[in-house]
Amino acid sequence: MALLRGRGYASVNYPTGMNLGGDPSQALIHATTMGGFVVSLSSVDLGQGLKTIAAQCAAETLGMPMDNVIVDTADTDTGPHCMGTFASRGTHRVGNAVIMAAREAREVMLQVAAEELEVDADDLETDGSGFVRLKGSPETKIHVQDIALAAHFKQGRTISGRGIFLKERSYPVPETGEMDPDSAQAHACTVAEVEVDDETGIVTVLSLHNAYEIGRALNPAMVTQQVEGGAWMGVSHAVFEATEPYYPSSRAHGPVDFCEYLMPGPAETPVQTSVILERPASNGPFGAKGIGEMTANAPIPAVANAIFDACGVRITVMPFTPESILRGLDELRDAEPSA
Amino acid sequence: MAKINEIDTEFFADERSSSFTVIGTPAQRSDALGHVTGKTEFFEDRAFPDLAHVKIHRSVHHHARIDSVDCSEALKVPGVLRVITHHDVPANWYLVLRLIGVEPHDEPVLAEDRVLYVGEPIVAVVADTEAAAIEGASRVKVSYTELPAVLDVEEALSPDAPVIKKDGTNYFVYEGHHARRIRFGDVEEGFAQADHVFEWRYSSAPIEHAPTETTGCIVVPQSGNRLLIHSNTQAAFFTLDNTALILDRPFTDLQVKGGTVGGGFGGKVDVIVEPLACIAATLTNRPVKFVYSREEEMQVSSPRAAERIYIKDGVMADGRIVARKVMLYVDSGAYSRHTPYGTTKAAAHLPGPYTIPNVHADCHCVYTNRTPSSAMRGFGVTIADFAIESQMDRIARALDIDPLELRLRNAYRDGDMKAHRKVASGTALIEVIQRAAALVGHDLPPEYLAMSSSTPREA
Repeated sequence: MALLRGRGYASVNYPTGMNLGGDPSQALIHATTMGGFVVSLSSVDLGQGLKTIAAQCAAETLGMPMDNVIVDTADTDTGPHCMGTFASRGTHRVGNAVIMAAREAREVMLQVAAEELEVDADDLETDGSGFVRLKGSPETKIHVQDIALAAHFKQGRTISGRGIFLKERSYPVPETGEMDPDSAQAHACTVAEVEVDDETGIVTVLSLHNAYEIGRALNPAMVTQQVEGGAWMGVSHAVFEATEPYYPSSRAHGPVDFCEYLMPGPAETPVQTSVILERPASNGPFGAKGIGEMTANAPIPAVANAIFDACGVRITVMPFTPESILRGLDELRDAEPSA
Repeated sequence: MAKINEIDTEFFADERSSSFTVIGTPAQRSDALGHVTGKTEFFEDRAFPDLAHVKIHRSVHHHARIDSVDCSEALKVPGVLRVITHHDVPANWYLVLRLIGVEPHDEPVLAEDRVLYVGEPIVAVVADTEAAAIEGASRVKVSYTELPAVLDVEEALSPDAPVIKKDGTNYFVYEGHHARRIRFGDVEEGFAQADHVFEWRYSSAPIEHAPTETTGCIVVPQSGNRLLIHSNTQAAFFTLDNTALILDRPFTDLQVKGGTVGGGFGGKVDVIVEPLACIAATLTNRPVKFVYSREEEMQVSSPRAAERIYIKDGVMADGRIVARKVMLYVDSGAYSRHTPYGTTKAAAHLPGPYTIPNVHADCHCVYTNRTPSSAMRGFGVTIADFAIESQMDRIARALDIDPLELRLRNAYRDGDMKAHRKVASGTALIEVIQRAAALVGHDLPPEYLAMSSSTPREA
């Protein structure tokens, strides 16, 4: 009996968006009296960081610090329409809508500033710290608080903007499947290393080495959490999870809680080493592609291929249970000519 | 300080701008501190003094005719306020994808005369306490006549299988076809031309989204006849629109507030709890909570569809894949939910990130007497990737070609025509393979290191 090690590879791509169904999201933005900017959405942040991304996109476009941006979302009375958070679409669709809204608001902001400074709006720029200044003459400047106050109480203008992203719906051609199903494709390659215990059939995923191409890392820390969390989920699908362990033959023994529905704990979680590549998408917000879903996918076949490399058992059914490994090993032994 | 993965700026250097101030910075996630300090407010953290609770009486059979439903004992349980049957649901038959024009409406909110899966909701019980609602639901008496069940996707498609769907077929009909089709080139010609033909089968069991927070909502009647829905939905307007259609009420009657979700992964886009909670709130004029127990989340809420995939490849001796035929069977369970969409998404994904001149795929969305499956992270793609990438590994081994070199030889590039007849752009499969190889010290020959996604392949 032995612990057998193996390495497996997998490379995948993944589409951004769901424009087989019609795929719009909207954003509204307005300045408060003191130069805050409220981004109004109805989009749902699932914990992946959509609110933070919306704030970054707004701040970058407005030329204001992130602290000035407030994101108000997930209320259908106050936020404009969003199709929803799925299909790796949030960053791409909502990001684009926020940028469009912020551009419009920025234009008004610069016009108000121009009137206060008695210059041409085209000659103004933001400095990223909260000031609007004259290009080439940075002493001629006005803080966003003063711009907002002037807009509200002196000029009678709303510093606001409207944004929408819509990729027109694609209807597949029934005969051929011709369609335009996505806005971009992200990419991943995973190398998995596993250890197979040929006595118990237990597969331990030791490490994952990943390269991800994601368009643009709008927030590298959140990219890290998303790719690592996703890859963990892939490992979990590969070697642990099933709501029907005996699918399709029976529905018996379906787990009903986390004592029965197994997932990797800290001891079963592989070491992950990942590198990010950026090939900006022409239609993405600052080039970003959607990566929410993709990162769970490559680890699964990489682990399957590593199991074969380790012990010669080709697993074709998910999840890769100890039972399936042991049955595979038995078949290999049975196939060997007897000594 | 958060861990941050390296960004390798050597790749696509001429396509990257870097003149950003906020973009590209590791700004702290806005909800992180609230989560780790316990200050985040989830929908269940809202307290209402007169909150009522909904629990469901569910089918115990895979497939049965309902002969009678007796709620009299349930109504005698102290604290039970109401029972809700399909008669109380204004537009009982629905399909969440109706918002994008998909038909037929194949699922009842509450079962009428038949149940198609174990766990199908038949009666909802509203009570003062959760315990009373559970007790009431357990006392509903349903008498059934069992019907033959179909639990296997390929058996469901066989001519002698019992038809379980009222619309007449055990599969979703795609504009007159029994499957979403991909037809590109001529696979039979490709197989004839190939040096090797490989055909293998892959499959998966259903899996659960396993969110920390189970699916649920609290509906609070407002002055002026509106209903305020506190929900952990992943899609506020999707929930609102579907709920209004089921309630047959003006859309402006409803307000959805959410945005704090203890794990979604596609499991919170089905619009299951909100309609019944709204009906219960309307009938009792009280705030009503309907939240799945962990057991319901695991066995009744939609899982990721189980899939069965046959891939047949024609391959040249040098590893070029010249034909790929895929027969995909997606187990939708008893109802459609989002699976007809996911099956089309699967078709669009085939034959994977490779340029293959002849591709034929039939992607079947199949109905069986199982828990309806629906959206989940990687919808339509995850299981296909398992199959495709296992297939690639097996071909590489069969032909004694390095597994990464095989992939690089077939990798799609800018300008290639995909099987769904969209010209590929922004591709980067070659580069992620090259970079992953470098990460683990897997040596690639110079001609493979020189490949580039933006360089057209040689004819």
